[in-house]
Order: sequence, then C-alpha cells, then structure tokens
Amino acid sequence: MSEPSITTIPSTPQPISRIWLACLVATVLQILLTAPAHAADEYFSVTVADPYLEMRTGPGRGYPIFTVVDRGETVDVIMQRTQWYQVRAADGREGWVERAQMELTLRPDDSAVSFDKAGLDDFTHSKWEAGLLTGDFGGANIISLYGGYSLNPYVSVEVWGSQILGNFSNGWMASINVVHEAFPEWRVSPFFTLGAGIIHTRPKTTIIQGQDRTDQVGHVGVGVRVYATRRFLLRAEYKSYVVFTSRDENEEVEEWKVGFAFFF
Amino acid sequence: MESRFRVLFLIVAIISLSGCAATKNLFGFGQEEAPPPSAEPPGQVIDPKVERREINEPAIDREDFEVGAFVGIMSIEDFGSNVVYGARIAYHITEGFFVEGIVGQTDAGLTSFEVLSGGARLITDSERRLTYYNLNLGYNILPGEVFIGEGRAYNTNLYLIAGLGSTRFAGDDRFTVNVGAGYRFLLTDSIALHLDFRDHLFDIDLLGEEKTVHNLESHFGITVFF
Repeated sequence: MSEPSITTIPSTPQPISRIWLACLVATVLQILLTAPAHAADEYFSVTVADPYLEMRTGPGRGYPIFTVVDRGETVDVIMQRTQWYQVRAADGREGWVERAQMELTLRPDDSAVSFDKAGLDDFTHSKWEAGLLTGDFGGANIISLYGGYSLNPYVSVEVWGSQILGNFSNGWMASINVVHEAFPEWRVSPFFTLGAGIIHTRPKTTIIQGQDRTDQVGHVGVGVRVYATRRFLLRAEYKSYVVFTSRDENEEVEEWKVGFAFFF
Repeated sequence: MESRFRVLFLIVAIISLSGCAATKNLFGFGQEEAPPPSAEPPGQVIDPKVERREINEPAIDREDFEVGAFVGIMSIEDFGSNVVYGARIAYHITEGFFVEGIVGQTDAGLTSFEVLSGGARLITDSERRLTYYNLNLGYNILPGEVFIGEGRAYNTNLYLIAGLGSTRFAGDDRFTVNVGAGYRFLLTDSIALHLDFRDHLFDIDLLGEEKTVHNLESHFGITVFF
C-alpha cells in the first residue's frame, strides 16, 4: 500500500484531458466531413450473366432479398465489406450481393471477373498475417500482437510486440522472428522459429526496490498453426528465451502462448 | 547454460537444414507452379473469339475497418463511477467476426473508507487516473434491421466481444480480461452508432487481500467505416 497522500484537495479535471477530447472530436468530425468526397468516384461496373442477381438489404446471409437485377443489365460496384458487395443498378436500386453471385458477372468486355476469396489455399500462400496471442511468460501473464510477412510458403518474417504483466514486475518486449514451416500446405502446420529482440523490465516498486532494466533477448521455439475457417487460424507456440543481462548470469525464461490470427 | 546453448544451436542447425528444401524458393527465384493446362472441353467444336484472361480482383473500395470514439460511464469497484472516454478501431474479417482494439480513460473517485476517514488517502491523485487498452475478438451474433416509421430501415448488429488487455490503475499495470456486448446501429452504410456494455476484470490487492474486481462500463460511440 502506498503512503497516504498529504494533499486533501480533491482531484480536479485536468485541462490535458479536455485537449484529448477535443482532438478526438475534431478527428471524428474531419472523417465524417471528408467521407462524402469519395461519392463522386467512378465505380467499377459489371454485367449480370446469371439469370438474375439477388440484392439483399444488408451485408449478411440473413438479410432478405428485396429485388433482383436481370441478366444483361449492368450494375456499379460501390464498395466491398468482408465478402459482400454493395451494388447499384442502372435505375438507382442499391443492395448487397454476396461474392458467389458476383463471381457470375462479366466485365463490360465480356471477360470474367475474379473476386478473391479466402480458403485453405490462402492459408498456405497469403503474404500477410496478424494475430493476438496470450499465455505464460516465466510465471507472468503475457499479451502479444504480431504481424508477419511470408517470403515464400515456407519462410516468413514476423515482428512481435508483447506486454508482460507479472506479480513482481511488469514490462514489454519487442522482437523479430524468422519462422520456418516444413509443411505449409497442411491444415495443421508445425513450425520452428528463431528470433532476437529487447526486453524492458520494470520491478513493482511496492514489493522490490529495483531498477528498470533493458536487456537483449534471443529465443528459439516451436509451434503449430491450425487453419480454422475463412481467414482465421489458431496458433499455439512454445519459446525458450535467453535474456542477456548485464549481470554475471544470463536468465532463461520459458513461454507458452495460444491465440488466433488472420491472414490477408 | 552451456548445454542450453548447445540445444539452441542444434535447433538452428535443424531449421537451416530443413530450410534447404525451401531455400530455392526463398526469394521467389525457384520454379513457379506450372500454369494449369488450357483445358478445352472435348466436345467444343467452335472456338469462341472471346479471349479468357487471368484477371485479378478489380479495384473496389473496401470498407472493412471501423474507427471512432466513445463516451460513457465506468464504475471502478470500490472507487465509484465516473465519465469514461476513448477510441476504438475494428477490422471486420468476415460478416460474423471482427477484431477490435480499444483505449479508454477514466478517473477514480474516493472509496467509502477514504470518505469516512477524512484525510486518509489510499492512492495519490495521479494514481486515480485509470487508463486501459483491450484487444478483443467480436462476433455479430444477431444481425438485423430496424424500422423507423414506414419508409426507413436501418441495419443493426448485436455483437459479443471478449478479449485481453492491460489496465493502468493505482500505480500498476494490471492484466485485464474484458467481456461485453454491444449494439451497432448503421446510420448510413459507412457511419455507425454504438451502445456497449463491458466488464473489465483484474486483480487488485490495494485493500489488503488480493481480489478480482469487476469494473462495469457502458458507453455510447460513433464509428466510421473506411
């Protein structure tokens, strides 16, 4: 428990928080006001090749089909949200069409349109990946975010940022990893990883009188990526860290983490 | 220590050996997959003049990100309720799932003990500022439409979220689990209003023994898709 403060003046709202709020409001307003500027863009248009194109009232399977566009008519594609496309017919009707139906449309020159869709193949071949993992880092809780780029299906480079929350100390860690997958086409794909980075440790002042430290770390690890559905994958890994401290002995820390990621 | 390093180098060796198979592909120099043979249906007699080309996805405006701000009330267990405000960013992965990052800030009031004891303070004024961040996975569990009058329909979503984060309060960063539900009301296809209820759970030992506290928050927000 910290020492009782001598001051008896109740805390008053500080001006800094008002500036914060003002900045937020200004940012949101700016976004709102500039948004309609895109409305005048020219849209990509496609011709309906199936007997008809079903338009729904919202971007989801449950929304009702309220109208159809007949074969041969042209529609403008206004935007895409997840696997749904908002389209506008020549007479001004607007609705949402799912990707499977959009695949059956043609470009103005009668060539086929290819809309990308995520699947097991993208699990192996996608370039970018980002995820969130959590677990145990030498007895402390750890929350990690990572982003990865695949050089090829077998090798990828990842950047990690972690916050460590323990009973005796808190801290953060940043590292760069190289990940090697031996069987990237497998639905359950094991990997090796190797990396280096820095760790910052801040002892809790109420328990230990210690100094903040920043040390280099190196680590090796093994894990598994499991394709779940669409763009999702689950990931679990074990890493063994060596913290290169300025003291005589290096520290060794074991880490277990599980979490999810998505590729794009 | 020594054996630990040996293990480390052994693993490096294994990785680099197993990587050999992949090395030829490391920077895309390797053999690309053979293009699929142009499969002509056997029965086709007339060759259509239309040339089929491999075309990538056309440039269509993707609006999968959602960014915005919120303001509401947050109750900190033992410390009363106060105004909370913050910012949110979300990425919609599928029509059901989204990931979300949230930062927020509020100020704690006085505990009953502090009020009754007069001058005694458990924590300093600067430690009363509570800031948090959360990383959540969300699921649109009840998508729907609401009707206002006869001629207006708006899309809505009831979603559930759960995630992890950290809360800085009373002089410490605390590992925080947060769960909640929210209601998204799409004013237009790109602007949404939110009403959210969340529970932030973390361990605190400020009042003697360590306990898990529930800190309830409800807020109103506005977001823009881009």
